[in-house]
Amino acid sequence: MGEFPGMNVNAAAGASTAKPWVGQSIPRVEDPALLSGRGRFIDDIGVRPGTLHAAILRSPHAHATIVAIDTAAAKQARGVAAVLTGEDIKALTASLVVGVKAPVECWPIAVGRVRYAGEPVAMVVAESRYLAEDAIDLIDAQYEALPAVIDPVRAMDPGAALLHNGFPRNTASDRSFKYGDPEPIFADAKRTIAITIRYPRNSCTPIETYGVIAEYDPGEQAYDVLANFQGPFSIHAVLSRALKVPGNRLRLRTPPDSGGSFGVKQGVFPYIVLMAAAARATGRPVKWIEDRLEHLTASVSATNRVTTLRAAVADDGKVLALDWDQVEDCGAHLRAPEPATLYRMHGNLTGAYDIRHVAVRNRVVVTNKTPTGLNRGFGGPQVYFALERLMQRIAVELKRDPVEIISRNLVPADAFPYRTATGALLDSGNYQQALARAVSEGGLEALNARRDQARAEGRIYGIGFTAVVEPSVSNMGYITTVLTAAERRKAGPKNGAQATATITIDPLGGVSVQVASVPQGQGHRTVLAQVVADVLGLTPADIRVNAELDTAKDAWSIASGNYASRFAPAVAGTAKIAAERLAGRLARAAAAGLNTESDDIAFAGGFVFSKRNPDNKSPFSRIAALSHWSPGALPEGIGQTIRETAFWTPPELTPPDDQDHVNSSLCYGFIFDFCGVEIDRVTLQPRIDHYVTMHDCGTILHPAMVDGQVRGGYAQAIGAALYEEYAYAPDGSFLSGTFADYLLPTVAEVPEPLILHMQTPSPFTPLGSKGVGEGNCMSTPVCIANAVADALGVADIELPLLPARLAEAVRGAEMAAPSGTKAPETRHGDRRLSGEGSAKVAASPQQVWAMLLDPTTLAAVIPGCHSVKKLSHTDFTAIVTIGIGPVKGRYRARIVLSDLDKPAGVTLAGNVDGALGFGSGKGRITLAPETDGVTAVHYRYDAEIGGKIASIGGRLLDGAARLIIGQVFAGLARQAGGDTPAKGGVIASALSKLRSLFGGGR
Amino acid sequence: MTRMAAEQRHRIRFTLNGEAVDRACEPRMLLTDFLRHEIGATGTHVGCEHGVCGACTVNVDGRPARACLTLTLQVEGSEVRTVESLADRQGRLGLLQSAFRRHHALQCGFCTPGILMSLDALFARRANADEAEIRDVLTGHLCRCTGYAPIVRAALEAAAELRGETNREAVDA
Ligand code: FES
Ligand code: FES
Repeated sequence: MGEFPGMNVNAAAGASTAKPWVGQSIPRVEDPALLSGRGRFIDDIGVRPGTLHAAILRSPHAHATIVAIDTAAAKQARGVAAVLTGEDIKALTASLVVGVKAPVECWPIAVGRVRYAGEPVAMVVAESRYLAEDAIDLIDAQYEALPAVIDPVRAMDPGAALLHNGFPRNTASDRSFKYGDPEPIFADAKRTIAITIRYPRNSCTPIETYGVIAEYDPGEQAYDVLANFQGPFSIHAVLSRALKVPGNRLRLRTPPDSGGSFGVKQGVFPYIVLMAAAARATGRPVKWIEDRLEHLTASVSATNRVTTLRAAVADDGKVLALDWDQVEDCGAHLRAPEPATLYRMHGNLTGAYDIRHVAVRNRVVVTNKTPTGLNRGFGGPQVYFALERLMQRIAVELKRDPVEIISRNLVPADAFPYRTATGALLDSGNYQQALARAVSEGGLEALNARRDQARAEGRIYGIGFTAVVEPSVSNMGYITTVLTAAERRKAGPKNGAQATATITIDPLGGVSVQVASVPQGQGHRTVLAQVVADVLGLTPADIRVNAELDTAKDAWSIASGNYASRFAPAVAGTAKIAAERLAGRLARAAAAGLNTESDDIAFAGGFVFSKRNPDNKSPFSRIAALSHWSPGALPEGIGQTIRETAFWTPPELTPPDDQDHVNSSLCYGFIFDFCGVEIDRVTLQPRIDHYVTMHDCGTILHPAMVDGQVRGGYAQAIGAALYEEYAYAPDGSFLSGTFADYLLPTVAEVPEPLILHMQTPSPFTPLGSKGVGEGNCMSTPVCIANAVADALGVADIELPLLPARLAEAVRGAEMAAPSGTKAPETRHGDRRLSGEGSAKVAASPQQVWAMLLDPTTLAAVIPGCHSVKKLSHTDFTAIVTIGIGPVKGRYRARIVLSDLDKPAGVTLAGNVDGALGFGSGKGRITLAPETDGVTAVHYRYDAEIGGKIASIGGRLLDGAARLIIGQVFAGLARQAGGDTPAKGGVIASALSKLRSLFGGGR
Repeated sequence: MTRMAAEQRHRIRFTLNGEAVDRACEPRMLLTDFLRHEIGATGTHVGCEHGVCGACTVNVDGRPARACLTLTLQVEGSEVRTVESLADRQGRLGLLQSAFRRHHALQCGFCTPGILMSLDALFARRANADEAEIRDVLTGHLCRCTGYAPIVRAALEAAAELRGETNREAVDA
């Protein structure tokens, strides 16, 4: 390790006052294991012998009544221990608690009705995952589709289909707030500027998916669950209620490593209920690892939101009042802790600005989409997209420089701590200075010149800006702002954010730290070692940190976990408090031994010594171990020095008051971003030319980790701005089920940002630090959008900034097809497949005709066909297994023949239905005799599909359809005895190209 | 191509990180599952099981391969290397791994084994790989934590070291 200045792990003992560890980018203690394949992620940890593995059958429909679920065949399948449906789970558990007062239930699996594509419908537990998935294919679930509600605004229409009877008009909550006196200001304002935005659905999609291992002990009626859950541990209360046990009979543990979360792994909790119930039902441990398709379709998502934001604006650009109207789409169920996404930013709805009058209307609606939950930025991207787009519009409408508009409205530097109109107490900052430094150090002047130059050359170039306040350390009571003051009084106060840390000294004087922080890659163990090493005069290598959480043995609270950027401001500070308390007692013990007073004692270089006479010293380990070996030798009143647990909750986090003011977070960092974006004239693909991000996150504990947090958030934000969307068809089919459809940025799409820092310590946190990990998820999407708006001169900007979308903004809607070309009829909401082709079969038309109508021949030539039944002359049913890309499933098909023109042509119409999707289509086959007894077969088809299979990209589907049809005719040719393959190389080449993608008929 | 009976276990022999493997499995067993759950080599991760994320990348006969798109029986007779082979027996990090550590090129570390294996294969093939080639290889991997810049820096530094230019800059300290 010699290459790291200051990182000599064997630092010689000495009494010198060394540079503190905090603030240095020391190498991470986490890395050696992770770099050598020795990480211990949940799927790496062995399970008890006899553990069963679960697989989940999910709904292909967004909204449907479950008519029947036949599990008989699945129960008989090899290795299957149990098949559980919604009714079985309901019998073993209670509904999950819902965050608003309403008569609705929330189950982790569909009961009677499915409300989003991907909702669990049944689960199989079997000897292996392979066998469980085999049995899933044998479950026959029948649905009756209901109209789906996808758009959050239309969901509130009186005529819209209702998801839950307890949510009239699909509205779970509708609250209005008033701060200051906004109405007269709007009434008098010379100018009102408004913007309506639709923030899309996206997710931070960690590369490791969910995992749960659950066990039940019938003797103690207690559950033991290991899950890569990330907190908040307020969910523990939701879980034990759902599992109908007291909290002390639900032991929830986390594995040592977790492969990213960004909030998302909060959403594993419904699966904890499912697996725990399955463990109870089978009497054996049950393990489940989510696959990627499940994750993208049905894990959790950030909320999509429709916001209309109005500002009363003075001539000089000063914003006098704001009026927020937010419609939050939480998906099919209001799952804990929703509607928290909407309320997390409530205290700082005025952003970085000094705006004293605010009106707010917040509506929470449910739609037929995956339920939402924590996601990095949590409410920030949605709020700032509206607020900062509005600031850009104000600049445009007033024909002023956006920087001037932002500057004019910033909270004054001498106003901290500053109480916002809605109740947040902005702890510290100097926004003007941060902005000025970013402008000069980030090279705004040069960027302006670059834009002018680009425009002079006829290129499309724009510059965007954002100012953002980044909240961290959530007030556990902010969510109660959704309740009225009266409801809150009835429910009792909720507020604060208990952080905890425990420091333990072993008999040889070794120091261990345990925190309830549950990191997913943020390097908590390294930073905690730095913090505690500084207090105890040791090196980080002397400190062993464990950041796993075990609710049966560790100190924890409902606020425990890794969310709301609470580690650096809260958890690390609490570890410091615990270390200082222990050091205080150790100092008294040392003072007695060294014959001095305890305030003369210092800790450094592995020694405890007298400050006045540094030669008067004792090794740290000796003093530290005293409490084990000779407790009687400790001076009176010290108690023990073996273990110290500190709890810390900041007094600033008070409950919402009767006027609904809420200090929703403890710390508020500041970010000022700007960027230059060029848009290709032809393709309209935006390219980030220059990106500057200035952060003030208070005191920085580990610069490289802060840098990593900024870069990571920035990269995710680029995805949200340019590529990522959880897309739904109008019928609720999910359209982005693979990483080939939901596009994450790769190294090629993430240009390097220029990162600048300023450090204004927080007066409210023990170390002066604030959160930093979420800021760019809030600032970057809208900064890029503002640059694109500037480049194109348009007002309406919707994310992600796909070229097709920009084309509509710039060039108007796509022209209608030229006359003469037949516009295909589409049924809205599904993916369409159509095509035509031809093949040659070495048989007469009569023979081919007979083969096409013969169930035995058909069963032989259709890839993956299990059986074909002829119900009548023109009516067939078939069971087939088709695999396309990662989606392989069993389908029931019904085909009706019409327009029979024997032996020249026949029309087929039919529909298919299976666990993975559904579809219907029509096709016509014509047969024409050629020379040498060969028949030319020509076919044309047109189909629509929906369900899980629709989440596979269209290219894959088209290719697979062509391949399957090709195989059918190749099979016919074989059956006919000749092997005249299909027309030319078309099918042959499609075959070879697609063989790798296509798994049918293997 | 030989046809394998689907329901039967078939003998499979290959070399994993220099050691002989001689076992049996069903034809449908993915190489990821076999390595991780049959052998216990859990360093190879699974992020998507459809070939996009790159977390499962291993080395088969000197070439990088997606273990999630590989059936175990396909590696019969091959030489397979995984991330577990990169450190030396004393557990000291190899040159590429050390560069990753110095540059904080990992956070959760879930994507890291695949990235290390791809870069290792690149450097074995092209000791002189330049930044464009390194970036090109990295586009085959998804990392959700780091924003990639530290990974590029670590790879560049490792490449320079491999070329014998030991111009290693200290990590910001
Ligand atoms: S797991 Fe193989 S590429 Fe993602
Ligand atoms: S380090 Fe977490 S995904 Fe790359």
